Amino acid sequence: MKTNSIKSGKQNSGSVNITINGREYCFRIGNNFGEIKPSSTLAHTLRETLALTGTKISCDRGACGTCSVIMDGNPVLSCSILTAECDGSNILTIEGLIDPDTGALDPLQQAFIDHNAFQCGFCTPGIIMTVKALLNKNKNPDENEVMEALSGNFCRCISHYHVIRAVMSVIDDTKEQNE
Amino acid sequence: MNNSYKIIGKPLPRKDGKEIVTGAVNFLNDLKFGNLLFGKVLRSPFPHANIKNIDKTEAEKIPGVHAVLTWKDVPDWKGGTPRHVRVLDKKVRYAGDAAALIAAESEDIAEEAAEHIHVEYEELPAVYDVEEALKPGAPQLYDEFPSNILTPGTPIFGPECLYNINKGDIQKGFEEADYTAEGTFGYENIPNPVPPEPPGAIALWEDPDKVTLWVSNQAPYMDKITLFHVFNREVEVRTIGNPCGGSFGTKVVSWQIQAYATLLSRATGRPVKLIYSKEEHLSSFTLRPGSRMHARIGLKKDGSISAISGRWLVNTGYYSMTTQAQVAVGCGEIMIMSQCLNWDLKSTVVCTNRNASGCVRGFGGQELKSAFIPLLSLAMQQGGLDPFYVLKKNFVKPGQGYFWRDGKWYTYRGINFSNAMDKGAEVFGWKEKWKGWMKPSAESGPLKRGIGVGIHGNADIGEDSSEAYVKLLPDGTATLYLCVAEHGTGQRSNYIKMVAEVLNLPYEKVNITPPDSLINPFEFGPVGSRGTYAIGGAAINAAEDAKMKLFELFAKKLNTSPQNLATENGIVFVRGNTQKKLKWNKMGGDRTIIGYGRFEEDFTLSNCVMSFVEVEVDTETGKTDLIRVVNATDVGKIIDPPGLEGQLNGCLGSGGIDSALFEETVIDIKNGNMLNSNMTDYRWRTFSELPAMDNVIFETPAPSHQFHAIGVGEISTAPGPPAVLMAVSNAIGKWIHSYPVNPEKILRTIGMIH
Repeated sequence: MKTNSIKSGKQNSGSVNITINGREYCFRIGNNFGEIKPSSTLAHTLRETLALTGTKISCDRGACGTCSVIMDGNPVLSCSILTAECDGSNILTIEGLIDPDTGALDPLQQAFIDHNAFQCGFCTPGIIMTVKALLNKNKNPDENEVMEALSGNFCRCISHYHVIRAVMSVIDDTKEQNE
Repeated sequence: MNNSYKIIGKPLPRKDGKEIVTGAVNFLNDLKFGNLLFGKVLRSPFPHANIKNIDKTEAEKIPGVHAVLTWKDVPDWKGGTPRHVRVLDKKVRYAGDAAALIAAESEDIAEEAAEHIHVEYEELPAVYDVEEALKPGAPQLYDEFPSNILTPGTPIFGPECLYNINKGDIQKGFEEADYTAEGTFGYENIPNPVPPEPPGAIALWEDPDKVTLWVSNQAPYMDKITLFHVFNREVEVRTIGNPCGGSFGTKVVSWQIQAYATLLSRATGRPVKLIYSKEEHLSSFTLRPGSRMHARIGLKKDGSISAISGRWLVNTGYYSMTTQAQVAVGCGEIMIMSQCLNWDLKSTVVCTNRNASGCVRGFGGQELKSAFIPLLSLAMQQGGLDPFYVLKKNFVKPGQGYFWRDGKWYTYRGINFSNAMDKGAEVFGWKEKWKGWMKPSAESGPLKRGIGVGIHGNADIGEDSSEAYVKLLPDGTATLYLCVAEHGTGQRSNYIKMVAEVLNLPYEKVNITPPDSLINPFEFGPVGSRGTYAIGGAAINAAEDAKMKLFELFAKKLNTSPQNLATENGIVFVRGNTQKKLKWNKMGGDRTIIGYGRFEEDFTLSNCVMSFVEVEVDTETGKTDLIRVVNATDVGKIIDPPGLEGQLNGCLGSGGIDSALFEETVIDIKNGNMLNSNMTDYRWRTFSELPAMDNVIFETPAPSHQFHAIGVGEISTAPGPPAVLMAVSNAIGKWIHSYPVNPEKILRTIGMIH
């Protein structure tokens, strides 16, 4: 389940401050050249302004989960949020999962490689971010909870079975480490 | 068989795995260009109309608009089979047909411009049903095709292209039959495979007659060839493939969007990107063809089919690019699954006022069999014959044969799939669950379970030609030159595996070129099921050729004959004397060795998938749940275990099994508009609705290439839909004659609603 709850804030002011993958950005909102349009979605800003094209857009109307990113710990549909409404928020995208110091992949990313948990790969960043948000809140979800969390993520090649295997392997690994 | 492979059959990570999980894969819409313009299509709101007038002056004045093109502004470029569909025409033939093209500095500006193009339409009556379209007085889509019937056959399959099956003595066949059934079934919900990445193209025109296109299609070389003909053989086309965010066959028919981008770049002198919105993808990109079959079938007590007589009507929407090819392959595929001696089957491809049908997984055979297997079932039902037994018995065995797409007879020399089918039935528990026709396999109050089975086999695993080069470098690495874009099957990694195995190099030491038509030799592309045998065959042959040249060079240096040499990990050594060896770098730092490989088509092999399904129908609500799927196949040799499993699991989506359960496009026949052209209203399976899935995979060495493998991924969508129809009909005790088996249809069939 994804929410698009928006913080109340300085939406009408001329600029917004957003932390994206640990870096603080200040965007001027407006229709002038170089400004972020009031109509620009977060997905659009990530892709077109910041060249963070790891966030893919498929339906562009909040129905397929492909553009999922994490906002203040929650999975959100970046195609359905205006950048102008993101003031003060903390955004994590697929590019932010890699350890910035070591370049190491997140264990979840490695599990997707190890289990071939993708075919065409277009929906994969959205799936990984959705699962990442789930695992941040629930360290030991069962299969049904993983499937429920991913119920808004469209995958057409049918990599679902491999995805569930990959996710459960990470949870198993975590369990083993904790025991 | 040889189980000593170092790489083949091992579950290695995909070469593009890290890029995929980090978001670093550049799909078409992720590419960056300077000076880029954005394209947009103005689409007709009417399903059938003449364009009386177009006024674009207002749109052209909007700042940031660089080109507005109408049918008057473009050359007479045409696609379709036969080649008759203009890129822009003065007539529109479905609600969504292109009326004008716009290039602007942003998508917003292009959209604004579209609103300021004034088109005066003269509305014409429209037709959507395949039989209505054939009636005298029906609206005519094209003057040159009376009764809306397209020319049968496709020239690319030769002058004898298959579209009717005439064989034996049909009367005698019916006389010999113990059971004769006649009826009509339709597989006409015309689903959209909906890959997540929408169709698109980026074009850069170079005067006077060159264009470079960045494309999203697994077979980018074929775009070059298709467009060359569309552009009247006057334009030099270079196509650069990119990772393809799903295709399922559909993006093979991308000539229109590619032509739009080309025309806009030609008009502006700047690179133009045109990506369809998801709504356009659903309402205006190609769909699965519609299929309706009326047939009479004769069946003997022993389960052998003695006669098939009928007519197959194919609804191709407003034009066809590949439909005649699908008919040809579909006819061949029905013969592979029905070793019947007496045939009289006729096909007709019909145009109607909806978006065009194109290439989709299951290519023709899925469409035909989803109508045919239920008809055959009616005959089985008369004799109380078990469908698993009848489908297994009639599927082609070594020494039997079939007509294939070119109209020629081929004697099958491949695997007997019966063992895999038996194991599939055992894993599924078919024997225990089968209670007879129109009987549920289990019931609990209003919940009734039913089972069904379907089958598909395809001789296009060896269709068409492929070419590859393999370059050996002195640093002990190799590069495979192959014009294949990754579209989810993992085949680019698999070709690397094959080359690495032949050259005895580590997987990491083999690279593959980007799928650019300027660099690579001819490649028909991973379509049909040809990826493993045909394309793999070319890659293997190129690697063998390079290895032979390497040995010829090193034989002189090692004072032996090339036949006495072997290579491992970039070192050539003398067989039986591993002390006599030289590193590849002794070829010289100023040299590379190039091998060439080609695959010539071979229609004497087929693949096969048999799918078993179990459904549960709630007879109070009409809802059907898919409980279980078992797919059984024999692939000769597994190249990539997880990739193969993924392809088989793909039986559900992309217009596969789910097209029997809930996937359909819905046209409002009052105005021709698609009512569910968005991802909320177009139904798709979610993560929380997964059936139990088992894949039974046999490895009986196939007489294909040196790894004895055959491709199968494409066809996994095909056996399921008729199996679901059978299962639901068995559960509720009455046949449903069309797809999908939605709640309304079920409740009507059992008399709950009228």
